[in-house]
Amino acid sequence: MNDPIIKFDKVIKRFGDLTVLDELDFEVGRGEKVSIIGPSGSGKSTVLRILMTLEGIEGGVVTVNGEPLWHEQGPDGLKPASEAHLRKMRAQLGMVFQQFNLFPHMTVLRNITEAPVKVLGLSKAEARERAEELLELVGLADQAQKYPHQLSGGQQQRVGIARALAMRPNVLLFDEPTSALDPELVGEVLTVIGRLAEEHDLTMLLVTHEMRFAREISDRVCFFDQGQIREEGAPEELFTDPKEDRTREFLKAVLD
Amino acid sequence: MQLTDYIEPLMQGAWVTVQLTLYSTVLGAVLAFASGIGKLSRHRTINAICVAYIELFRGTSLLVQLFWLYFALPLAGSAIGIDLRLPPVLAGVLALSLNIGAYGAEVVRGAIASVHPDQREAARALNFTERQTLWDIVIPQAIPEMMPPFGNLAVQNLKDTALVSLISLGDLTFRAEQIRNYTQDSTTIYSMLLAMYFGMALVLTVLMRGLERYVTRWRRARS
Repeated sequence: MNDPIIKFDKVIKRFGDLTVLDELDFEVGRGEKVSIIGPSGSGKSTVLRILMTLEGIEGGVVTVNGEPLWHEQGPDGLKPASEAHLRKMRAQLGMVFQQFNLFPHMTVLRNITEAPVKVLGLSKAEARERAEELLELVGLADQAQKYPHQLSGGQQQRVGIARALAMRPNVLLFDEPTSALDPELVGEVLTVIGRLAEEHDLTMLLVTHEMRFAREISDRVCFFDQGQIREEGAPEELFTDPKEDRTREFLKAVLD
Repeated sequence: MQLTDYIEPLMQGAWVTVQLTLYSTVLGAVLAFASGIGKLSRHRTINAICVAYIELFRGTSLLVQLFWLYFALPLAGSAIGIDLRLPPVLAGVLALSLNIGAYGAEVVRGAIASVHPDQREAARALNFTERQTLWDIVIPQAIPEMMPPFGNLAVQNLKDTALVSLISLGDLTFRAEQIRNYTQDSTTIYSMLLAMYFGMALVLTVLMRGLERYVTRWRRARS
């Protein structure tokens, strides 16, 4: 892949004795929509959390837009990143969380405008305009003055998507965005994500258990197992004709 | 001296008690926030100062603190040539607020720690600074948790103000003692004293409930 926007180079992540990522090599191209599937504990979410700088790494190098994420150029090679460097790099990324993580004490509108005003320095009017456009996009234009607890889970997650988009990231990370939802609310969230995937050149990285959806929207699907990519390919290929036994077993288990 | 003659001096005393409670609760809340947040700081000096303050004032008697500030501090001051004599009101307010501040610090620290870590992660993902995260995201969610224990502390503080009568500050208890010395009518005086503290505590509880409702209004918005 030439000029990937995200690159993991032999990345190691451990939690105590447990190795979650084992010299992971992984790339995502600009504008590419990539789904990550795999059994729980396979390190899928960890990939996103490392990119969002919520988890550090123990080895290897992660590169975003050609610049190391967890390192900085020092006088003699790479050194661990400072908070200032992390802040700069973080501005390129946005994240949608499994549990939505909206701010419960703020209205929907303020959930979306707070960071653009405080972090990006937008005026209140600009931020509001941006938020209203995004609420329109996720179909919640009439809910701006409500508090998160007044919304359904599906609505809350759509606010979560709008909040992440308001920061205009280059890469949007979805960490099991529908896993905490009641089954009847999954569709409305997937519709919004699907529309984003179709209409925007945003790079999207999606960890999901929704196989049918992954197949529909992804340019590429990666099957994670034991901290490594066991198999990857175009969705048609991977879902209909997996090469690895482990992939076949997993797909059989989740699709039946 | 008739029963109605008691009223005026007791009301004067009650007013002093109200003022003492108000000043020391407000100053105590400021100290509670400063040291509760400071105890969570990664800065080691700030952390050590806050821990030392909290433990010192929680681990010693309020009465002894009061006597120390009022009687011992001036002597210690004059030994090194500084005038550290405090007017009784100042000594009283200081002792009370340092005390309630130390207890309140634990309330503040606990409430901040109880905010779900996911909230900090969301704030980090949106690139808020640590300071913005604390003041915009974490503390507004922690304050409702602080309110019931703060209400208890405020009432506790009101009752503790009775101790300042011992440094001859003219609060409610001090006035009552004066009248009792004069009339020897202990039963009436102490009954009135109980009733007046109870009445003030009731008003304070209602006020704190109102404040609690105010800071939790976002939780009660209906769909």
